[in-house]
Amino acid sequence: MTSHAVEGTPRPPRRLGDRVFSSLVTAAGVVILITLAGVALFLTYEGLPALTAQAAEIPGADSFRAYAWPLVYGTLLAAVLALLLAVPVSIGVALFISHFAPRRLASTLGYLVDLLAAVPSIIYGLWGIFFLAPRMVPLYEWLAGHLSWIPFFAGPASTTGRTIFTVGIVLGVMVLPIMTSICREIFLQTPRLHEEAALALGATRWEMIRMAVFPYGRSGIVSGAMLALGRALGETIAVATVLSVSGVVSLNLISNTNPGTIAANIALKFPEASGIEVNILIATGLVLFVITFLVNFLARAIVGRRAEFSGAN
Amino acid sequence: MSSTLATQPPPGEQATPKFTARLHSPQLPRWVPWALLAGSVAVGLALHFMVGWGRALAIVVAWLGYMGLLVTVSGRVEGRRKAKDRLATWLVTTAFVLALLPLGSLLWQVVSNGLPAINAGFLNSSMRNVVGEGGGIFHALWGTLIVTALAALMSIPIGLATGIYLVEYGNGRMARWITFLVDVMTGIPSIVAGLFAYALFVIFFGEGVRMGFGGAVALSVLMIPLVVRSTEEMLKLVPNELREASYALGVPKWRTIIKVVLPTAIAGIITGITIAIARVIGETAPLLIICGSTDSVNFNPFDGRMMTLPVFIYSQYKNPGVPPEFGIERAWGAALVLTVIVMTLNLVARLISYYFSPKTKA
Amino acid sequence: MAKSIDVSDLNIFYGDFCAVEDVTIPIAARSVTAFIGPSGCGKSTFLRSLNRMHEVIPGARVEGKILIDGADLYDPEVDPVEVRRQIGMVFQRPNPFPTMSIAENVIAGMRLNSRKLKKAEAAEIVEGSLRRANLWTEVKDRLDKPGSSLSGGQQQRLCIARAIAVQPQVLLMDEPCSALDPISTTAIEDLIHELKEDYTIVIVTHNMQQAARVSATTAFFNLAGVGRPGQLIEYGPTTKIFTTPENESTEAYISGRFG
Repeated sequence: MTSHAVEGTPRPPRRLGDRVFSSLVTAAGVVILITLAGVALFLTYEGLPALTAQAAEIPGADSFRAYAWPLVYGTLLAAVLALLLAVPVSIGVALFISHFAPRRLASTLGYLVDLLAAVPSIIYGLWGIFFLAPRMVPLYEWLAGHLSWIPFFAGPASTTGRTIFTVGIVLGVMVLPIMTSICREIFLQTPRLHEEAALALGATRWEMIRMAVFPYGRSGIVSGAMLALGRALGETIAVATVLSVSGVVSLNLISNTNPGTIAANIALKFPEASGIEVNILIATGLVLFVITFLVNFLARAIVGRRAEFSGAN
Repeated sequence: MSSTLATQPPPGEQATPKFTARLHSPQLPRWVPWALLAGSVAVGLALHFMVGWGRALAIVVAWLGYMGLLVTVSGRVEGRRKAKDRLATWLVTTAFVLALLPLGSLLWQVVSNGLPAINAGFLNSSMRNVVGEGGGIFHALWGTLIVTALAALMSIPIGLATGIYLVEYGNGRMARWITFLVDVMTGIPSIVAGLFAYALFVIFFGEGVRMGFGGAVALSVLMIPLVVRSTEEMLKLVPNELREASYALGVPKWRTIIKVVLPTAIAGIITGITIAIARVIGETAPLLIICGSTDSVNFNPFDGRMMTLPVFIYSQYKNPGVPPEFGIERAWGAALVLTVIVMTLNLVARLISYYFSPKTKA
Repeated sequence: MAKSIDVSDLNIFYGDFCAVEDVTIPIAARSVTAFIGPSGCGKSTFLRSLNRMHEVIPGARVEGKILIDGADLYDPEVDPVEVRRQIGMVFQRPNPFPTMSIAENVIAGMRLNSRKLKKAEAAEIVEGSLRRANLWTEVKDRLDKPGSSLSGGQQQRLCIARAIAVQPQVLLMDEPCSALDPISTTAIEDLIHELKEDYTIVIVTHNMQQAARVSATTAFFNLAGVGRPGQLIEYGPTTKIFTTPENESTEAYISGRFG
């Protein structure tokens, strides 16, 4: 009867320290908001002149679209190649660590694979150009000799090995640890109950993995692959080091004439660029940003949906 | 009479021996797969050394041969299901070896090619006025140190505070937005971060701007999300009971966070920060854009081009000078130094989390 | 130093959901009051509202009045942090700070509020509080070891020592023995008996024997129905509640017919 709202709408008095501290950490969050807005804003502002540039000002093309298209194509081609190579291997590696290797070794092996992620990309570039590329030449020659009816291997084979295929392998190795660590984590989270249920039915280890581990980890595998794709799309210096670029659009994976990638093109041209060319390069950077954003967004959306369904948090 | 019948029913009598028989399904002796492997390796070696096939080809043939033999033999003796299981095991193991090959070969290349370049002069001199032999990474080492330190100086407070905000204060729309944008930031290609720094600085300093501080800004864009994520993860691991215990003692929230929550999570957070530093210290692309490349020492991050180790490697490879061997050797030498730095940081990170995590009983 | 608590017409909400409805109960100083009732009936929520700990959960709010020796706990001018300094709390699971030693845990209440303590003063508080918590003899040789190195029962007594080191006027205990073995439980119950000479103690327990052993007054909470708020059914001297309860559901619960 006499009850009245003592507390509720008016906030309780907060101590000065609490107020200062909470505004400080909130401000840090706001800085992140501003930074990202800044990235989008400044790139758009500096990239905009490229879209309206005269045909004569754009090197080697009539319009920005004609300039950017081969680069977008090359970026996608290299990243997809990398993914095709990395996905089966990283699922295998993740399975090896989570379900095949002796338990005591598992974390050490995981650490070894993580070391691959720690290697700077310029060192992958050196390894790709000086070690891997020359060793790929015999394979390319064989492919060009025997399988040239497949458009991918039309040849003539590169004599240096600096092809988009080699780039695909290097990128594949680079994204492998990213995907592996996501798959490994998901595989390790497979409910023990599901695994034991499968084993109790008399399943072999492989059958147990197919019955319990894969269905549980499917969305994890997909989103891991997407994150790896995002990384492969944006990789710059390893590609710039290894690839011999001629800016064509072709399916040929093993020849000397390869499409460039957006990121590598920026790295190669930017140090010497001036005037409108800088704006063009920044505009291509914006295109790359949008592509990787979409890929990452999709990956997170898949992970997010999975979290909702599994109820795990 | 009827009782004897009941105690020994015929179906039970039959079922028991059948079941024992099923327990002994045919199985390959343990030595068989190893013998097959040894045989395949021998065939591979023979093909390589005696027939003269290429190394790669011989390995592939031996690998395929073992796989075929194993599946056939196992399929005959143990049945299809077991054979499939053995095939899967072999493929998975292959994948693992395949993943470690590049790591081994890469580390070996870096060490064997880089070691000859390392000497006191290499670490102590810059590339000023060096065309052929000589020169070193002194300027690049300092540049990397300055740029990375500045980046860490900006990223750690912002990242740490944002992580605290998200875990301790964040609920509602703004926190969701920040979480989402941190995810987006994690995916920003490093070259785009470099372009951002350039696009930002060009407004204040005009076209063609190059400065070390710009590199630090670009690296911060890459480093902040890493710090936020690891802080967030570690703070989430701190049990709520500790926060409540502190509140119940009449400790205000901010003091609870600083004196109870952070100390509990600090080992993990420092580990995360160290790994983040290791990640950005090896970045080339953004620094190539905004720090540029130079042969001289520059200690001032706010004025002019500044060389960094990764860019040094790249430029020595691109413009090795005359004759080119010396440039390439310097590139490998710098690669070795960079690898050692990165690996040491990773190792330190592991050690911190191993030794300094609070020991709690389960 | 002990104070009495007067609760009248209290409703506790989480957002729009009313968790506890219409509680009116006086809690006497220098005695033990036990809250019993089935799971989810709001007794812990009610306990937490007595030192405003429930506010930690976003969206929680309270209607009604809680008077501590006549002073309104929910007056807009009242600082919840100050409230918690005077009304201590012991939790269901022992929660010593893992980064602090045993001694540091005991004086955490002062240290965390950065009150300057002289070394001798700190040592005195540590010893005094640990003695009161019946833990001194067991840990006096390893005060600098981490608090988490103790057994569960010892950890809980350490938490009690930590709570009484700040000299609160009321001590709230939220099922303090539910995670402990019988021997540790006995030790804590003995401790409660000693502490009631100086403190107002409110204890939530699932264990009816425990309520009967330690408390002078018992309050029985129950749900008004599935999805309905919890209510205070009746309260009175413990002997009366356990022998001749007025309410039917109290009797059913006491005799073990539900809950």
